[in-house]
Amino acid sequence: MKKFEGLPREIIALRISKEIEDNSYVNLGIGIPTLVSNWLEGRDVHLQSEIGMLKTGSIAEGDDVDQDLINASCQAVTEIPGSSYFDICESFAMIRGGHVDITVMGAFQVNEEGDFASWMNPSRGLDGVGNVGGSMDLAVGAKKLFIAMEHVTNKGEPKLVSKLTYPATAKKKVQKIFTDLAVIEVTPKGLVLREIYPGLTPEDIQSVTEPELIIAPDLKDIEL
Amino acid sequence: MNKVIKTIEEAIADINDGAVIGIGGFFAAGVPRTLIQGLIKKGTKDLTICCGSGPLLGAYRELDELVKQKQIRKLIDSYGLFRSATKGSQNPFEQQVRSGEIEFEVYPMGTLAEKYRAAGAGIPAFFTPVGSGSLVEETILTNIGKNRTKKETRTINGQTCILEYALKLDYAFIHAYMGDEEGNLKYRKTARNFNHVMATAASTTIAEVEDLVLPGDIDPDTVHTPGIYVQRVVNVPRICFDITNL
Repeated sequence: MKKFEGLPREIIALRISKEIEDNSYVNLGIGIPTLVSNWLEGRDVHLQSEIGMLKTGSIAEGDDVDQDLINASCQAVTEIPGSSYFDICESFAMIRGGHVDITVMGAFQVNEEGDFASWMNPSRGLDGVGNVGGSMDLAVGAKKLFIAMEHVTNKGEPKLVSKLTYPATAKKKVQKIFTDLAVIEVTPKGLVLREIYPGLTPEDIQSVTEPELIIAPDLKDIEL
Repeated sequence: MNKVIKTIEEAIADINDGAVIGIGGFFAAGVPRTLIQGLIKKGTKDLTICCGSGPLLGAYRELDELVKQKQIRKLIDSYGLFRSATKGSQNPFEQQVRSGEIEFEVYPMGTLAEKYRAAGAGIPAFFTPVGSGSLVEETILTNIGKNRTKKETRTINGQTCILEYALKLDYAFIHAYMGDEEGNLKYRKTARNFNHVMATAASTTIAEVEDLVLPGDIDPDTVHTPGIYVQRVVNVPRICFDITNL
């Protein structure tokens, strides 16, 4: 199993932040996606948190920590001008109803069809159950669904796979995948390698990716 | 109509073994911890506990007690396991789920919210696309194999949709920052989450409130849960949470 040195998690988050247009409503999942918010300060991007908040501010520290004000990852956050609160049904109406422009989630595996697995790790040995949380609702409602993840597992196994071996969260939903090594687009023809970690070759990326990659004619280094 | 009950003990006195109890709150925010502590003291058994998103991961000390006293028969949630698998494997709740002593039933969060909403709004069931293409489409997600009942699906506008049923509660435990004697409630910030919808889904809703006020003290324009959904109100102190333990 191969493993290449790539972008740190914070920098994957930075790359994703550049993909988010101003004036959009965005939901960020647990893990690398949460880090994207660090790069959105000063931008006109409104974060939706499924616990029931729009325009979620930055992480709260010290005296600003309020136990009644957390995001869906259970981090203390802050309120900013224009923030609003609502109940859970309203929150998921927004999510399912297609009102959120961009959803960024982590995943264990993604395939070339845009199916992804994120809610259950079978190696945990809990047969038939896991933490679904809001992942399936978010996937159904997302206008654009991005996946942020490491390119391979800790053991070096590909996470971009031909066939999901983990239970799916949703099918044919993922549009783009941002990893420490590459930016890959899901298209009807297959996975298109659009951007690459400087110094690596398309062959390097292919060696840690199961489905065959289509190399974009304008392939470039990951744009930061 | 004065719904105030003096003590937690009295407020939960009629809850019997086998009750189906909804618990509001989302991780650490808006969890009715004092009511849960009352349930531990009372020792009611064979309970079906219905949550929305891990209020018992927030109230983890209370969860440990409920599990230790073997009070829970079944827990329904969208996010009920510790995020860390290592931590989870040492967790008494997860151990009883593993052994099958506790049944753990899982739904997507928005579907679960809608199941409570439907129960409160007189809708017996609904179709949703959420979960199509996943195991959720096939059977109920549960650790108990024989309870994996097949789900009904129907194609609507070309999309596979799953039939989900309303989830009616015997009791709902909810937490509000402010409540008046007639049960009108106001929540603070993200502590609202599942509390309102849980109140609508139960035959008997018991609200613990930090600030008990008189009718008229809450501006009618700012009431989040109208008193019709609330049967009992108990005044409780504000408990400080450790919100970093997930």
